[in-house]
Amino acid sequence: MEKIQVNHLDFYYGSHLALSDISIPIREHQITALIGPSGCGKSTFLRCLNRMNDTIRGTRVTGEVLLDGQDIYNRNTGVFELRKRVGMVFQRPNPFPQSIFSNVAFGPRVLGLGNRNELAHIVEESLRGAVLWDEVKDKLHEDAFSLSLGQQQRLCIARAIAVKPEVILMDEPCSALDPIATQHIEELMRALKADYTIVIVTHNMQQAARVSDFTGFFWMGKLVEFDVTKSMFTRPSQKLTEDYITGRAG
Amino acid sequence: MVAQPRAEAAQAGWREFIIEALIRVLGFSTIGFVLLIFLFLLREGVPTFYEVSPSNLFGTHWYPTFDLFGTLPLLLGSALVTVTAILIALPLGVATAVFVREVAPDWAREVLKPLIEVLAGIPSVVLGFFGMHVIAPLIRETLGVPTGLTVFTGGLLLAYMALPTIISVAEDALDAVPKSFRDAGLAMGATQWQTIWRVVVPAARSGITTAVLLGMGRAIGETMAVMMVTGNAARMPFTLDSLFRPARTMTATIAAEMGEVAQGSTHYHALFGIAIILFLLTFLINLVAASTIFKKQRRGGLR
Repeated sequence: MEKIQVNHLDFYYGSHLALSDISIPIREHQITALIGPSGCGKSTFLRCLNRMNDTIRGTRVTGEVLLDGQDIYNRNTGVFELRKRVGMVFQRPNPFPQSIFSNVAFGPRVLGLGNRNELAHIVEESLRGAVLWDEVKDKLHEDAFSLSLGQQQRLCIARAIAVKPEVILMDEPCSALDPIATQHIEELMRALKADYTIVIVTHNMQQAARVSDFTGFFWMGKLVEFDVTKSMFTRPSQKLTEDYITGRAG
Repeated sequence: MVAQPRAEAAQAGWREFIIEALIRVLGFSTIGFVLLIFLFLLREGVPTFYEVSPSNLFGTHWYPTFDLFGTLPLLLGSALVTVTAILIALPLGVATAVFVREVAPDWAREVLKPLIEVLAGIPSVVLGFFGMHVIAPLIRETLGVPTGLTVFTGGLLLAYMALPTIISVAEDALDAVPKSFRDAGLAMGATQWQTIWRVVVPAARSGITTAVLLGMGRAIGETMAVMMVTGNAARMPFTLDSLFRPARTMTATIAAEMGEVAQGSTHYHALFGIAIILFLLTFLINLVAASTIFKKQRRGGLR
């Protein structure tokens, strides 16, 4: 079943057309990977899904992005409500310069979820969800920057799942991490799949092959190919895709 | 690389040496002047500490004509006026900085920033004049107090004078907050206001502290406007209504009495004694401000 259905999406920075005619289905409880060379528009596309591009002046979107059948660019859809349902993890770990606890409690506090006890419970649950609890349970009130980069990224994931989103967008979540930390995040993604729909942008094709169920290949603002990951990496239907995944293009 | 003719190289070296030496002398002379001023202050002010008994010097009455040199009312006067000013200027200044940096559209920012700088350039005597003739009567009438020349009037003017400093330093602090924090907040479904209030301002906390301390340093040393609007009565601000009664600050005391005092007299030394206290206070405030700036930079490095 499709959690998100994107139909004929065009995206403009000013008058520059950065994405053209993108149509893509995003299946529920599956991991969809978006690959492609730098500047191909995959991150821009990801940010269309929670309207983070709205924060950049002079951008414009046409076409539709249906979340559970409802167009998120429709005037009746509240952007804050949307971002609560579609969480995001960024390329560089960006915890707030606050304690570990307040980082995770940020979302619930902002949305006014829960009293003190419930908040503590939500924080524990989220940190367990991000497989970070055992490492930080004794120092919840220490500065988030005391953690390693890999732990910081898992903290950001815990922060994102604390508000119980339906979809999690990950924008190259491992590009700042070492291989071990990357492995942790990948294992985490597989575990999170049961509860969340995940879209991950990555420049690492092995990563896409390892973790994702579906893969979309972007090239110069266009979606060249979209398929089940296994088929895509074994029998790509487009010449360009084959050249890219075998390293001859890009 | 082509080798330079030796004479030319030597000449260039010489020129470099002179320029460097000049810059060094100019740089060190600034430090030297501050030291000289401090030494002068010490020479003129220290005698007061053995000419006047401690119980007198830290007493509650400042009547130099009767040899009473109690600096306590002056200290408290300065403190009260400064604290009032900061309490008014802090929320206003931070709110303005947030508006200018986070909320205002580009054109408004273009207009506001130079305006705030103009604000800093208004001579304090002009502000004092305005305070005397506009604010003081207003306060007297609306609050029904005997005189409009009060601690509150002074605090109000000082707040106005500390604002440009607070705004521009706080704005820099907000500007230094990485965009990634804002993105993280917004991506969580927080509104712009929630993101500013719960993420950006806390992240800029140390810079905002610095802003307030610098504003405080500005306020405590201010003389002319304060002298014109605080009424200059050296009374102990112990009653509840002290805020709306006249007071006298350390700066105003020095400015008002220095002209008429006999050089070398006890009174003269006492005024310099006050100046030493003032100097140490501002030095301390600036030191604390500088150390919070340092902390912010170290923290920035960790990111």
